[in-house]
Amino acid sequence: MNRIIDLVDVSMTYGKQTVLNHVDLYINQNEFLTLLGPSGCGKTTTLRIIGGFEQPTTGDVLFNGTSILHTPPHKRPLNTIFQRYALFPHLDVAGNVAFGLKIKKKPREVINKKIADMLRLVNLEGYESRSTLSLSGGQQQRVAIARALANEPQVLLLDEPLGALDLQLRKEMQVELKNMQRELGITFVFVTHDQEEALTMSDTIAVMNEGRILQIGKPEDIYNEPKNAFVARFIGESNILEGIMREDFRVSFANAEFACIDKGFAQNEAVDIVVRPEDVRICAQNEGRVKGRVTQVIFKGVHYEMHVEAQGFLWKIHSTVQAPAGEEVGLDIAPDLIHVMKKENGKRNTESGIKGAEGSAS
Amino acid sequence: MKRLFAYPYILWMGIFIVVPLLLVVYYSVTATGPDGNTIFTFDHFRRFFAPITPGMDQPLRERIFVSVALRSIRLALQSTGICLLLGYPVAYIMTRKEYSEKSVLLFMLLVPMWMNFLLRTYAWLTILERNGLVNQLLSRMGLPMIDILYTDAAVLLGMVYNFLPFMILPIYTSLKKMDPRLIEAAQDLGAGGVSVFARVVFPLSLPGVISGITMVFMPGAATFIISNLLGGQQYFLLGNLVEMQFLNVGDWHFGSAIAVIMMLLMVASMVILSLFDKGENQGRSTII
Repeated sequence: MNRIIDLVDVSMTYGKQTVLNHVDLYINQNEFLTLLGPSGCGKTTTLRIIGGFEQPTTGDVLFNGTSILHTPPHKRPLNTIFQRYALFPHLDVAGNVAFGLKIKKKPREVINKKIADMLRLVNLEGYESRSTLSLSGGQQQRVAIARALANEPQVLLLDEPLGALDLQLRKEMQVELKNMQRELGITFVFVTHDQEEALTMSDTIAVMNEGRILQIGKPEDIYNEPKNAFVARFIGESNILEGIMREDFRVSFANAEFACIDKGFAQNEAVDIVVRPEDVRICAQNEGRVKGRVTQVIFKGVHYEMHVEAQGFLWKIHSTVQAPAGEEVGLDIAPDLIHVMKKENGKRNTESGIKGAEGSAS
Repeated sequence: MKRLFAYPYILWMGIFIVVPLLLVVYYSVTATGPDGNTIFTFDHFRRFFAPITPGMDQPLRERIFVSVALRSIRLALQSTGICLLLGYPVAYIMTRKEYSEKSVLLFMLLVPMWMNFLLRTYAWLTILERNGLVNQLLSRMGLPMIDILYTDAAVLLGMVYNFLPFMILPIYTSLKKMDPRLIEAAQDLGAGGVSVFARVVFPLSLPGVISGITMVFMPGAATFIISNLLGGQQYFLLGNLVEMQFLNVGDWHFGSAIAVIMMLLMVASMVILSLFDKGENQGRSTII
């Protein structure tokens, strides 16, 4: 695959504060890449560096192999959809969509055709002469998309574009954006803090925290094989426990020994254990490896969420079968569903109990 | 309950604005008839537009009041234009500055306004007079002296000096309100510096420009103190004409008629300006 954008060892500091810490990232042609992370992780800064609105302190940005570090934003062959859209309030919908084309001094017929095409693409036919101020959030969003795509960019940068929409609309737009990207064959670089959004739309997710890319890969890989406890906590919900690697394929946590499929750790190395809530099996107490008691049952529609207190840890468990609150149960986990991770930066993970079971859905 | 608090102001406006206005209109269309009765007439307006013999030694008849009005309008337009050309860049630069620098600039802009208006204008007298500051400097440098006091240029200078802050502040406010992301969006869509300004920054600052123009043009067209001090006793603008009719000549009827003409002029200019504002920025206040 062709690399269209390369970030080479990009760092960014504001005074003493490091926003980006030696970021290396490449983006393939026609890829839907999502930069995912909590606020302040550097994802928006990364996007702004690609867009040309910020200059990195060190490092280089390549576009099709050529440095664009000193190319001003208006000469870069990419377009941005800004947070809160940044539509021009003094222009109507058509004026906004035509903005880039008028600057390029395209003939009037071409512009008019493009306006019509773009508004059809985003389902806003007949809105040409409407004021952007009279539009709803979702419609403004669509105008912003039409305005950016009218310039036929090779890369579209999207800075949390769905953040201001309500849940229903957000879900619709996620699918629409993904379809648009597939149909138009444009590379999308998408910034969000919403893990579900990232999983839904992306070909590739780069999880960022504190100015670094922690893990990059396909959504499935990131969900199933998180590299460390942060990624696990951020993507999907998880139970994160402290464990000790006894030997290859044997790990102990929650006062029990489990078979696992990980190896290559030192003997008795302290590790983080990540178990997804849907991967814990509830069984009869004498059958389980860990014994516990159900403290709470929440009906979530597709499944029940149960909180089980076992060995001083509050487990979060998703199952379609309910075990009533107060019941004594056993827990078991299959070897390939136990994710063993090295401790982050030698930092001890002191979180336990309900904090450890905290999901990223919040 | 809330409405109650508005009553004192409404009362104030009624007594000191509406009633005097009606009186002015009343005086402008009435005259004292031969038998001492008050009669209704448009003679004062007719007189304003009629050619008259200005002086004993000048046999030429000219429309002297109309030419005074035209001069007033010309000077007001000129000062508005100069204020806009000088003020816009200042306002623009101010929005781009860091907070501390911005405060210093704003402060410098406002300090002269703390001084009395008359005093400020008098100060120009000593700067511009024949042996004033400017000419002393020029002669020290061996340059020819200039004599601009009591000319159009001096009046214009005084007007620009006094009204400039009223141009800068509304423009500054409207520029400051602008979302900086709009500039980035324009750049993103391919607009270079000039294009960004012409297509986004300037159109979005139009409400400020228009209130700036209003706030400079109106007092500019009505001024009589600046023209009196820097233009001299013989220098007449519409404002001076009104002042003279009321204070020196004592012809309240004619003075009122001139005042009404001035008001109509203002209303007309406001209407013209509001046409520019319309549609450009729905829902955006033009008030600073």
